[in-house]
Amino acid sequence: MISVRYNNFIFILLIIILLTAVVIAGSLGSARISFTDVVKIIIHPIASQIEGIKETSRTIIWKIRLPRIMLTIITGMGLGVSGAVFQGIFRNPMANPYILGISSGAAFGVTLGMVMGLQITFLGMTAIPISAFTGAIIASILVFLISGGGRDILPLLLSGIAMGFFLSALMSLLMYFNRSQLENIIYWTMGSFNAANWKKVVITTPVILTGNVFLILFSRDLNLMVMGEDSAKSLGLSVKRSRLIFLIVSTIITASAVAVSGVIGFVGLIVPHAIRIITGPDHRSLIPYSMLGGAILLLVADTIARTIIAPTEIPVGIVTSLLGAPFFLFLLNRMRQPK
Amino acid sequence: MINNPIIDINNLNWSYNGTKVLDNISLNIKPGTFTGILGPNGAGKTTLLKTILNLLQPDRNSILISNDDIRNYSRNELAKIEAYVPQSSKNNFNFTVEQIVLMGRSPFLGRFDRESNDDIGIADWAMKETGVFGLKNKYITTLSGGELQRTIIARALTQEPAILALDEPTSHLDIHHQINILSIVRSLAKKKSLTIIAVLHDINHALEYCDNLFLLNHGKIVTHGSPEDVITPDIMKKIYNLNIQITTNPLTGNLFMIHDYT
Repeated sequence: MISVRYNNFIFILLIIILLTAVVIAGSLGSARISFTDVVKIIIHPIASQIEGIKETSRTIIWKIRLPRIMLTIITGMGLGVSGAVFQGIFRNPMANPYILGISSGAAFGVTLGMVMGLQITFLGMTAIPISAFTGAIIASILVFLISGGGRDILPLLLSGIAMGFFLSALMSLLMYFNRSQLENIIYWTMGSFNAANWKKVVITTPVILTGNVFLILFSRDLNLMVMGEDSAKSLGLSVKRSRLIFLIVSTIITASAVAVSGVIGFVGLIVPHAIRIITGPDHRSLIPYSMLGGAILLLVADTIARTIIAPTEIPVGIVTSLLGAPFFLFLLNRMRQPK
Repeated sequence: MINNPIIDINNLNWSYNGTKVLDNISLNIKPGTFTGILGPNGAGKTTLLKTILNLLQPDRNSILISNDDIRNYSRNELAKIEAYVPQSSKNNFNFTVEQIVLMGRSPFLGRFDRESNDDIGIADWAMKETGVFGLKNKYITTLSGGELQRTIIARALTQEPAILALDEPTSHLDIHHQINILSIVRSLAKKKSLTIIAVLHDINHALEYCDNLFLLNHGKIVTHGSPEDVITPDIMKKIYNLNIQITTNPLTGNLFMIHDYT
């Protein structure tokens, strides 16, 4: 068995990688800021004068880069963990957080909001995140009800796929008749953090972090769940109740992540996979490590997205898909090979 | 006390989409016995086993476990009394044998507990009993069918149950692995005075290993009792339309069924 010591080592290693990535991401951009300055600025947020550091650097870090980094991290945590949970619930290592129509629900919500010229704000959130979150939650609830309350896995999965197609068709229809909004809608679905701000960080962090802590506490139940429904029951798990709780919590996490970032693909799929290769399938380690892994992957991807052809920025969803799709094929190939 | 049935079933009915799968089943099973459930395909054997495990919920008071309605037990409480070995436990997730076996301790662990040294000791014992201790660090996706089934039996033992329920535990295995599994189960039954209920396909396995048999057909119990009372030429002709003779297996001294091939 994989030892506790090895697991702790991996955990510390992931935290070090994440902190390093934060410093590098803070340093890179149109204005280069040295690594040491980034560290000093982050460590001394209040002190107005730090020896030899320009006020503009402080402003860039605290007003522009850090909120974006934090939002990227929290979104990555959410997607990584809910990916691991969905794969466990569906007993399928190829499942992902968007499987129940969350992404298409969010995209449809955003499309509808833009077409109608929705101008609402709630808790400091603008129309786009609100309509994305609402669309995602409504779509998931509908999928859940249509499939008979999630009693069985297969109807849930198939209803999710059908809902995805249906909402995509509706969305295309809306876009077809409202071509002026076409560009905005398509950009949103590609996923991006260029509209990151502290407000979004403050709203999403408690939701996603609370959800993640909850999922970590219940992670052992997922080990039983992947044994199959009958085996899990005979090992003492109330499968339907547990599954419902996992579905609700991970749906809220995913919807919050999508609301502030758009549809970022592959993070929820490949992060739990990569973690399983390193530390095995035990969800008690898989869930917390997927949290860190998701944060690292998305932060790296977003830093690439905004710097690789600077000053132009490419949507981060394109970067994760470009990295993720080949990795997915590699995993498929690996699974097909004889032991 | 010792003669009270550990499983007491009274007028159990079960329907699936309007079709009666179990029709007024009544039976009882004494502790420490090895009971076989036999019958043709579709007779309701697996359904009966699943109701005994509350995987399919029976009507109130139709199944008593240790004199209490099975529906009065929480899943966790029941998991400390009954353990289940399904037909197949194939899985895409790369758990090690030890991780799988330790899951048998789940009903004993609180929300924030990790497995203690005692739990690990029980799992080690179970793996030794079923001969998979040497495989404890192997991934279950690399095991043979027989090794996987012995791992699952070890997990069931780790639950320290009074009742071990097996659903055709040998149906996907080669003959020597079939015998190996059933012999392990029989010796455990003796050593730990476990109550065994097994859905079996092979009638000669039932004759060799079981103390009691229930023969099901169309959801009803056709007959029950000791192997020599249940497996008779008349009954086999009636249920399986098979011409048989019962003889004695010269190697074990137990009953053995031979049949024609017309």
